[in-house]
Amino acid sequence: MAAVCFMITLVLYILAAVSFFSYSLRRSEALSKVSLGVTVGGFASHTIALVMRMVGPSSSAPPSFSDALSFLSWMIILVFLVVEFRHRIHVLGSFMVPLALVSLVSAAALPETVPTLQPVLKTLWFHVTLSMLGTVGFTVAFVAGVMYLIQDRLLKSKQFNVLYSKLPALDFLDHLNQQSIVLGFPLLTLGIVTGAISADFSRGSYVSWNPEQTWALVTWVFYFVVLLGRLTVGWRAKRAAYLTVIGFAGVILTLVGVALKGSSSLS
Amino acid sequence: MHLIVVGLSHKTAPVEIREQLAVPESRLGEALTRLCSYPGIKEGILLSTCNRVEVYSVVDDVDTGCGRIQEFLADTHLSLSSEQLTPHLYWHTGDRAIAHLFRVAASLDSMIIGESQILGQLKDAFEVALAHKTTGVIMNKVVKKAISVAKRVRTETKISEMAVSVSYAAVELAKKIFSNLHEKTVLLIGAGEMAKLAARHLLAHGVGHVRITTRTPQHAVDLAAKFGGTAVPFDQFKDDMASADIVLVSTGASHYLVGAEDVHRAVTERMNRPMFLIDISVPRNIDPAVRHVDNAFLFDIDDLKQRVEQNRAERMREAEKAERMVLEEVTTLLDWMKSLEVTPTIVALRNRVDDIKRAEVEKVLGRLGHLSHQDRELVEGLAASIVNKLIHRTMVTLKTEVNSSNGPAFVEAARRFFHLDRPSPFSRESRDDAEQPRGLDEPPEEFQSEEPAQKPSMRKQAR
Repeated sequence: MAAVCFMITLVLYILAAVSFFSYSLRRSEALSKVSLGVTVGGFASHTIALVMRMVGPSSSAPPSFSDALSFLSWMIILVFLVVEFRHRIHVLGSFMVPLALVSLVSAAALPETVPTLQPVLKTLWFHVTLSMLGTVGFTVAFVAGVMYLIQDRLLKSKQFNVLYSKLPALDFLDHLNQQSIVLGFPLLTLGIVTGAISADFSRGSYVSWNPEQTWALVTWVFYFVVLLGRLTVGWRAKRAAYLTVIGFAGVILTLVGVALKGSSSLS
Repeated sequence: MHLIVVGLSHKTAPVEIREQLAVPESRLGEALTRLCSYPGIKEGILLSTCNRVEVYSVVDDVDTGCGRIQEFLADTHLSLSSEQLTPHLYWHTGDRAIAHLFRVAASLDSMIIGESQILGQLKDAFEVALAHKTTGVIMNKVVKKAISVAKRVRTETKISEMAVSVSYAAVELAKKIFSNLHEKTVLLIGAGEMAKLAARHLLAHGVGHVRITTRTPQHAVDLAAKFGGTAVPFDQFKDDMASADIVLVSTGASHYLVGAEDVHRAVTERMNRPMFLIDISVPRNIDPAVRHVDNAFLFDIDDLKQRVEQNRAERMREAEKAERMVLEEVTTLLDWMKSLEVTPTIVALRNRVDDIKRAEVEKVLGRLGHLSHQDRELVEGLAASIVNKLIHRTMVTLKTEVNSSNGPAFVEAARRFFHLDRPSPFSRESRDDAEQPRGLDEPPEEFQSEEPAQKPSMRKQAR
């Protein structure tokens, strides 16, 4: 049943991504409603799939990396829907739904090849949840950054095309970027701390410098500097957008690090 | 009974003619009364704006009516002779007159397509005509339809959404940089007309503060008082730029007043908060090199004009959709108008009562099978004579009122009393599936539902 819901979700997200993509290229506003409807449908079946995972027969199993990616995808859509219903910026879907889809496809492709995290303590659940929430923050910041750079480019080059008319105001994107990092950063910090605690319990050392941990720390330091720069010396607007786009590479590399991690090493 | 429009607009007449012919609102009522005093003119409405003067009228005969309205227009302004006026006039009748009114109301014929003023002007003209009782059934229906068509066009197309003036385009661009203009500050350097207009638009869209600087200090103080802003000394405006989110420049200076360095410094001081600079001056007053400064967005007059052109093109595309809607609506209105012609109404009435008569006679004769052939004819004759006597006065009234101004009202009334716009429940075709034919004493349910929709028009007529 959970698997069926998962497949339905996947199909609906693919449809929503295609629909949102064509929405961003076409003058008509009509597609926004269709796209949004399909996304909400996908989100509903995704929620059912996740609830079943939590309470179903496999609920005692520790969270796998695949679960984490599925949760990440669900959170991205949730954040999108919240922003969409508050600010009515449909074009956000053209960027966020494809990202959620990539995350979900990875979740579907990976389960057998990646070993589940070793159940050390309940802290593992906290570690996974918090890290993923932090990742969601940085994903939204990344999307806001990309949208900012596109709109900045369009305004500078005076290309008043369809995308220009659909993208929101620059300061809104900058604000979204800032809020996402401000929320994402403390969550990632807690995620790393709980991860280190689990590692200490199972291995006796906080850090083992495997690719995942290395990239996580590099990412953490990077975003720390970005946040500090914004608050102190005015790294906002275009520079902030560039930095968050670059920083997102660190997030991806960390996730790849987790995926590539051999069964021998622990989180 | 014909609907005609005679008039002139920005497309056919220069402003010198239009301004002479324009009727001020205070004299509109008097003019309308005069219009309807011409023989052969049944109903009239006068639409007078700065871009058009048009008379919509219901007349007995197209040619004489047209002549009378031309006479009326020439009489409106004594210094204008018929010969001067005629070359600028256009006239349409029937469906083309209706289509013209719909296009005017929907702002498809306006100088700036999609502007919204014209609809208000049409409503006002209609109000005046109603107050002076110069409209009747046809005009009321046609104008109300025109107003509803205009509303439909506005909601179903994007014809009036985009900025088509330079000063408004500035506001549109500002909204792509700042999502909320409240709490934003605009700095006005110099005070060209277009800059003032743009500043006014920005204020209307919520900009919080205005700071003004001009070469003549007193001028800045005066303007500041007018806009509710603050005057800034001209030699200090560069230091003041960092506090401005929007900088609007239009001076007569022949050199760059604002250089890339100045803007760079302002942006740095603003901790990289974006800045929106608009240069409406020709020659330009802001160094184009500002384009290379991050987080500063400079637009000159050509950029704004380009935006306006694009929006115009977009409006044209929307206008095509609107034209199709107008055609559709004209067809529905024409159907209604056709129903108001007397002859088809009389034929329909005759058929309707014959249907009723036949149905009732057949029902009775079915039960009186023992009657002789002669008796049957007697029964049929009785029914026929009752029916004929009953509708006789109606028929006569319809025929005699054809040419009176109340003619259409009588036709409309007859159609509604006898339900002529609905298929007969007694006709042979529908009887086969109808189990129990309904008599006139049990009105179909739709009858009630039709009433409220029609009431307002009747009430307004009575006023």
